[in-house]
Amino acid sequence: MITHYGYIDGSGEYYIVVDSDKCSGCGKCVQICPQKAVLLETEFIDLEDKTVAAIAEEHRKKIRYTCGTCKPEQNQTPCVLACDSKAIKCIWNPK
Amino acid sequence: MTEAGTVKGQEFWRWQEYHRIMPKKWTNKDLITAGVDVGSVGSKAAIMVNGEAYSWGITRTGSNSPESATKALSYALEGTGLKASDIKYIVGTGYGRVNVPMANKAITEIACHAKGANYIWGPTVRTVLDVGGQDIKAIRIDETGRVTSFLMNDKCAAGTGRGMEVFADLLQIPIEDIGGISLKVEKEPEPVSCTCVAFAKTEAMGLLRKGWTKEKVLAAYTRAMAVRMANLINRVGLEKELVVTGGQSKNIGIVSRIEVILGVKCLPMPNWRDEGSLDPMVAGALGAALFAKALYEKAQKA
Repeated sequence: MITHYGYIDGSGEYYIVVDSDKCSGCGKCVQICPQKAVLLETEFIDLEDKTVAAIAEEHRKKIRYTCGTCKPEQNQTPCVLACDSKAIKCIWNPK
Repeated sequence: MTEAGTVKGQEFWRWQEYHRIMPKKWTNKDLITAGVDVGSVGSKAAIMVNGEAYSWGITRTGSNSPESATKALSYALEGTGLKASDIKYIVGTGYGRVNVPMANKAITEIACHAKGANYIWGPTVRTVLDVGGQDIKAIRIDETGRVTSFLMNDKCAAGTGRGMEVFADLLQIPIEDIGGISLKVEKEPEPVSCTCVAFAKTEAMGLLRKGWTKEKVLAAYTRAMAVRMANLINRVGLEKELVVTGGQSKNIGIVSRIEVILGVKCLPMPNWRDEGSLDPMVAGALGAALFAKALYEKAQKA
């Protein structure tokens, strides 16, 4: 399951995208995130609870500011680079 | 007090609470499960007998989530002869899912809406747009109803059910008539530039003062909402078949405009007023009740 954390608003679109089918739940992205915006969350999928990376609730509606300092427009944020299974990517299109 | 719409003090936003029992019987051998979907505006509960929709109830969510959940469930049980203790497993979902006291498990509304849409319309559904009271979700699913991709816009209430309620009140049109009335324009006006719920009054009053009819104002506002929803669907990727769930699935003005903007037809909306017909507003609760059945059976096998 691919989850888009973020939003589209008048200033552009900003999403951190997590693919929970690829995510191993290793937590490297959680460790490396300078904003402490990534955490491990339980996701219910195929009748099982799986531990996967997610963006913390309090950052989802201000992600442009939380993640803006990490070069998301080049898809080269620490969380993206730290992920061995390529489960995280950024969609960043400011107007 | 004559016709609707002229009653003094009428609350135009106030939509109809109702409950429904399907024409079938249950026995003590049957597996009864339930799903309770506490949304920001509406609380829905569905009862399933062996994984088939049996009854449901739709109520307005109050300020107290556990109470709203209890109220919705008792409403769904009303007249069925079933007791709460007959239910083997209950899944709570929706915005207030952690506050469903009788639930055996809480599951996100994304998974439940996907499952429910698959149940209502069958395996051809690939894209689900859920327009709730205060958020919009675009969900991609596979033929089993499993979520493959989703995104949600809950940063802003523009284009949500609550926005429509505010507009219904402003224009003094009963909420259930709003969709049809918004289509009574000869030519579709330009969408309003600002869909903000807080500025809705300013926006609407400005247009009315310019001499626009209520119909035209409503058309422009509904159009702008539909554009927002279409953008969200395009980001998640539109794949046929498309369906709309949530309260706004009953707004023909929204559904038909999304179809025009995206250039696809939605699968036909079941008319909830018809006896024996499912209600897309209950999709989340139906999905939750299906998960409840699956989880109960899994626990029995273990």
